[in-house]
Amino acid sequence: MSVRRLHSVQPEGSFAFNPENLAWAKQTIAKYPAGKQASAVIPLLWRAQEQNDNWVSKPVIEYIGEMLGLSYIRVLEVATFYTMFQLAPVGKKAHIQVCGTTPCMLRGAEDLKKVCQHKIHHEPHHLSDDGDFSWEEVECLGACVNAPMVQIFKDTYEDLTPASLEKLIDDLAAGKKVKVGPQIDRHHAAAEGGPSTLTDPDLYKGNRSFTRVEPPPPPPPADVAPAAAPAAAVAPAAAAAVVVPAGTPAPAAAAPKPEDIRPVTPAAAAASAQKAEAVKKEEASSAPGTVTTEKAQAETGIVRVTKDDVVKSTTPTPLSEKKPVEITNPQAPEPIKLAEQKPQPARAAEAKAAVKPMAEVKPVEITNPKAPEPIKLAEQKPQPARAPSPDGKPELLKKPKGGKGDDLKLIWGVGPKLETMLNTMGIWHFDQIASWTARELAWVDERLEGFRGRAKRDDWVKQSKKLATGWRPENAVGDKPTKKK
Amino acid sequence: MLADKDRIFTNIYGFHDWGLDGAKKRGCWNGTKGFIDKGRDWMVNEMKASGLRGRGGAGFPTGLKWSFMPKVIGERPHYLVVNADESEPGTCKDREILRHEPHLLVEGCLIAGAAMGCHTAYIYVRGEFIREREHLQAAVDQAYEARLIGKNNVHGWDFDVVVHHGAGAYICGEETAMLESLEGKKGQPRMKPPFPANVGLYGAPTTVNNVESIAVAGTIMRRGATWFSSLGRPNNVGTKLFCISGHVNKPCVVEEELGLTFRELIERHAGGVRGGWDNLLAVIPGGSSVRMVPAAQIIDTPMDFDSLSKLRSGLGTAAVIVMDKSTDLIKAIARLAYFYKHESCGQCTPCREGTGWMWRVMTRMAEGRAEKREIDMLLDVSKQIEGHTICALGDAAAWPIQGLITHFRHVIEERIDQYSANPDHDGAVRHAAE
Repeated sequence: MSVRRLHSVQPEGSFAFNPENLAWAKQTIAKYPAGKQASAVIPLLWRAQEQNDNWVSKPVIEYIGEMLGLSYIRVLEVATFYTMFQLAPVGKKAHIQVCGTTPCMLRGAEDLKKVCQHKIHHEPHHLSDDGDFSWEEVECLGACVNAPMVQIFKDTYEDLTPASLEKLIDDLAAGKKVKVGPQIDRHHAAAEGGPSTLTDPDLYKGNRSFTRVEPPPPPPPADVAPAAAPAAAVAPAAAAAVVVPAGTPAPAAAAPKPEDIRPVTPAAAAASAQKAEAVKKEEASSAPGTVTTEKAQAETGIVRVTKDDVVKSTTPTPLSEKKPVEITNPQAPEPIKLAEQKPQPARAAEAKAAVKPMAEVKPVEITNPKAPEPIKLAEQKPQPARAPSPDGKPELLKKPKGGKGDDLKLIWGVGPKLETMLNTMGIWHFDQIASWTARELAWVDERLEGFRGRAKRDDWVKQSKKLATGWRPENAVGDKPTKKK
Repeated sequence: MLADKDRIFTNIYGFHDWGLDGAKKRGCWNGTKGFIDKGRDWMVNEMKASGLRGRGGAGFPTGLKWSFMPKVIGERPHYLVVNADESEPGTCKDREILRHEPHLLVEGCLIAGAAMGCHTAYIYVRGEFIREREHLQAAVDQAYEARLIGKNNVHGWDFDVVVHHGAGAYICGEETAMLESLEGKKGQPRMKPPFPANVGLYGAPTTVNNVESIAVAGTIMRRGATWFSSLGRPNNVGTKLFCISGHVNKPCVVEEELGLTFRELIERHAGGVRGGWDNLLAVIPGGSSVRMVPAAQIIDTPMDFDSLSKLRSGLGTAAVIVMDKSTDLIKAIARLAYFYKHESCGQCTPCREGTGWMWRVMTRMAEGRAEKREIDMLLDVSKQIEGHTICALGDAAAWPIQGLITHFRHVIEERIDQYSANPDHDGAVRHAAE
């Protein structure tokens, strides 16, 4: 928390709102329920700060407390808690608040601070010599896509560079008119050089209307009963694609598509062309699974084979069923023999996930579910003869030779945790480590979750070579390798 | 890619009129009475069916939250409080809604209010958003004038909207702290239970929703929950405003479908990572309070709640902070640690003292002036803070540091080695503490 105190020098006399602000204050207090006038304390203090040369003095606090029927301490604690209340006099022409939090810092806020230190005062919250300027570093001002930025009184100045901030300060000092908002060729939060979205002129013709996509009538309680309940809230494609009068499901292909309705394609997947094939598969695997599609098929006369296990897989989790997209057009390829597919409880989502490179490697090969990096493990296919792997992967064993691995903790720097990690990777023996090339060492090093860089720094290869000879250190944690400077 | 006609915020960049006329032309306030006439239950069910998850960071289903309000209005009035105290570092989406789409928010307030039996909504705008507040107040005034809200309005549900503001306290984004602040006190979070839905603002049943969650309500009703839930991925449906900041070529705010991959998001809208994809180091995908994710893990991850929480991070407010290889990660996180130290309200000891402690240690580590055993100590202390405070600020302060240690411990160790290898450094720790 930030510790804030009232300024040591307080003005003589009292404070009072001018008539305009007084009328405004009465109006503001009236916005809150009777007896809850304390709610207005922040807006009133803020207004008072504006009237009082942009800072809050003791008389201001006393005045607001009196107006709201609050004791002095209640207003004082509010004034000291909220950091936008300036407790010391600020620059007359500008009090520059430099946002210094990480998103702005990443884009150069520290250089802006230096400009302020150089041009205004070395310390924040101090007035410049002429009393016109002051500055402070503040926490995130909520304009992160326009970083780095500063706020001066009511306006923000965004996308700054040290040069443009210097110019801004100079212009303010000279009383020139300055441009607020982004200081580069850019419109608010849109990307520089024009936005990548919202370029469709039809949106702005002034006659936008929408057709509601109604959910279909609830499916009859059939053999797929468990699906029925969530399905009521669900969006099957046939209905989602076409606005159909309730109760008359029409053949999806024949119906026209209103303009404003989302075309029913698996959008995310179809986006990238390389996934086209996978998408087909997905459609195929998901189509027969869905209750409504079956229904639509029945209605359209396209009857498809449904095997028992298909039906089984149609008792989906309500979540995966919510995705109408899967159900796509009736020309979807015939359902593929399910034998090809691994039985999967939830169809569409999983099938889709399986196409994503991330998840691609997930399923089969994992030997140890606790392995820190299953992705890498999945690559572990038994290799007949050990050839140097192109990516620098060393020889990994599924089991220790002879059923028992060496005590890798004897390597200096390897503790129980690292030993387990190595074992899960398939590293059990000193001779394994001793045989690594520099590339293989790097390969392992990269995969030491939380310990990256250890293998190289502690020179495991050298240590292991020694240990592989049968030599044992005196200390159970190993001998520290002597480092040459 | 999401088609333009499926975007909810069609004036997010402010190229068009944000006032009432412009908003109506883009479809806002269209058919609102129809939904309100269908009654409370219908609206709540529609929200539930849409699958909308709260856009303020936690991702709690909005429809469900609405259903927690008492069904019958008793002696105490019901209140809707809209959380526009957007201050999570990296996040700047509500700002664009407030200044360029204020009518969607006002309309959403009316719908949400009618759905929960509230006749009054307070919109708590963060203090720094002064121009944004002026736009919002103007939009509210326009709506009063056109009798869209107010007593005896055309929608048949009496409704008042009060624009309130804070004065620069991050903690007021926490819902109970916001209520305290609205009551004119310091923004210190309250214990839960009782939850705001029972005892909230002025002791009355209250629901606090994020700006974006409320602002999409009108469009969801207009186009149907079915439409909304057809976008995105299962359990992570709909569109979302992403704020892309940091080391990308063209930072921007953009509305996209949930579940597109990080690569697609950056390539399409932000002009790629500065210096190319090989130059990507790490990403904070959901505002400063979530753990960072190293480049290799995030590149092809779908940007949605569930996929990111599998990486032990989170979608949060979808504030994507991109860091390239020029970034001093320790310093970046130390700066966040300072942020939390600055913003802790001081109520709970673990957070008040812990955030300062963590910041001081992080500052030393950024220089390398530390011992290696302190890394584990820091991790341990962060876990002592996490979960031991009234609100989630303690957790939020701990997570960025935990993320750094989990993924980039080697960077900290190297920094310490470098520092201690230099005999000129005062107090250098010569031996590794292991």
